[in-house]
Amino acid sequence: MFAAILIYGFINSSILALVAMGFNLTFGISGVANFAYGAIYIFAGFLVWIFLNTLGVNYFFSIILSFLSSFLLGYLMYRFVILRVRGLPLSEVMATFGLGLAIMELFRYLDFVGVKYSLPVFIDGSVSIGGHFIDYQRLLIAVIAVVMTVAFYFFTHYTKLGLAFRAIAQDDETALTLGIDPDRIGAFSLALGSSLAALAAIIILPLGTISVENGYEVLINALAVCIVGGLGSTVGVIVASVLVGYSQTLTANYIEPHWMILVSLAAIAVVLVVKPSGIFGKQKELEERV
Amino acid sequence: MERRKERIDRGVKVRSDGIYALNSYREVFYLAFPRLIPILGLLVICPLFSEYWKEVFVSTAVYALLAVSWELLYMGGLISLGQSLFYGVGAYIAGALNAYWGVPPILSLPIATLVGGVFCTLMLLPVLRLRGIYFAMVTLVLPLLLSRFVEATRILGGTEGLTGIDSFSSQWVAFYLVQVALLVAFFGFRRLEGSDYGLVIKGINDNDRAIMSSGINIYWYKTQILFMAGAVGAFAGAYGAHYDMFAGIPGFALDYSILPIAAAAVGGMGSFAGPLLGAFILVPLSEILRALGALRIVFYGLFLVFAVVGLPEGLFHFIRRKYEQIERWVEVDKG
Repeated sequence: MFAAILIYGFINSSILALVAMGFNLTFGISGVANFAYGAIYIFAGFLVWIFLNTLGVNYFFSIILSFLSSFLLGYLMYRFVILRVRGLPLSEVMATFGLGLAIMELFRYLDFVGVKYSLPVFIDGSVSIGGHFIDYQRLLIAVIAVVMTVAFYFFTHYTKLGLAFRAIAQDDETALTLGIDPDRIGAFSLALGSSLAALAAIIILPLGTISVENGYEVLINALAVCIVGGLGSTVGVIVASVLVGYSQTLTANYIEPHWMILVSLAAIAVVLVVKPSGIFGKQKELEERV
Repeated sequence: MERRKERIDRGVKVRSDGIYALNSYREVFYLAFPRLIPILGLLVICPLFSEYWKEVFVSTAVYALLAVSWELLYMGGLISLGQSLFYGVGAYIAGALNAYWGVPPILSLPIATLVGGVFCTLMLLPVLRLRGIYFAMVTLVLPLLLSRFVEATRILGGTEGLTGIDSFSSQWVAFYLVQVALLVAFFGFRRLEGSDYGLVIKGINDNDRAIMSSGINIYWYKTQILFMAGAVGAFAGAYGAHYDMFAGIPGFALDYSILPIAAAAVGGMGSFAGPLLGAFILVPLSEILRALGALRIVFYGLFLVFAVVGLPEGLFHFIRRKYEQIERWVEVDKG
């Protein structure tokens, strides 16, 4: 039992880390609201399905195409929606949320509901670790999550682009004096965040069916991880995914599976009350409370 | 030749605004006309519609109450993403009073309003020191948390909710009760906004530290506006519970949180008329779109995007500018 919790908790944490990464890049690191995140997640999933089953493209190219479309969608969203209300946080949230709502409900309207909407796993089969069978897909998720997190850390701390992302969140006018165009970087951040959502969707969705409800759930989970970890902190996201991931697995095991989302919500509430900028958040420490 | 738009206040606005002696019926009408629209609209014009549309206007008024309560919090710098907390708490208190102890609506409504206001204030009291996005996140999470809590512990009827709550004695009572309550809240809050008290509230939004250094306890003020906003929201919930004869988890649903904010975003924040106007556009619009079936929410979402992006200041401020000012193109001085 203990080993199972350890393994499944790790996989759950990996899923959370992957899901939260794109949201964290956009909202946490560069301070651009993207509440259409859940919508982009299922958009990427359904797009792969459409390419694969309706248009008959092979799996690899479907993934590439869906990935690029999400990138483009994120870019266009910045260009035509966010750019016009930049600097009005509430309008940014409302506009992106409205767009996400429209995308998700469009899929529901087009009748993308049911078990047939599922993606094939990359590699079939499973492996036994300490007497527990783990399928390759879950193993792959864990590996990719670890690799991505490390890459993400180096990207945001040691590359020019990553540093530019953090710069526009701190002060976009100062960033401008240093030759960083906040609009270009903001657009890029949203596009990159969206393609990270697509990446997460493509890797995680083969575990189950793609449904519109996934979109809402993903948004809450991503929000939970980012808030618990602290907006703008990469280490925070890792720690928070592990914390939330393991507590969700423990809840599912010892209490009831449908209490799982309650853990995310309670985590958000508790952290906001005790330390609003998150466990590792430093960026906005002075602004959080009076 | 470069041109720019020049805006100048209309003469009638300046005369009736600055000087407190009105000289003509035209000036009286100029001042009274915008204020008469909501009064006559709600009390006289809305009842002329069919039974179906009257029901739509009742639910519009419930959303408008939540939107006005949202605006009060926004005025004090508290952005609430969880108006459904107020609605759900009000609905459950009125529902429980009526379903378990048979308290009639005439008593359960005021009790739910007051107790609901106190309860919501106590729930949010620990996070009153937070501001901006952090306060907003807490309010977003609380109603979701409470609904899951009810679902998991199966108290207050669990997932089925409380059914068989007494309805109002007649359709007319129900209709006028909510419209009058909306007008009272709307004009009451506007009155509050214009007073010294309102000035302090707005000051907290602009610069809380400056208000603190004037020797004013901002937490006490914030607690008071939380109670007022919570009470108005709880009244909406209690009314909704009696009107629908049902109180349950849907009371904590995202609808009651999103719609008031959307109404404020479309109608225009920073004035109580904006959210009111927004609610009276969005709710009937969503009824008209009902004919489209499942596509309804898609159009709704897109409308929201276009409204926010196309008119970021909000519809009310746009209309007000047209009403108060003349615009003309003038040539730019090449100085």
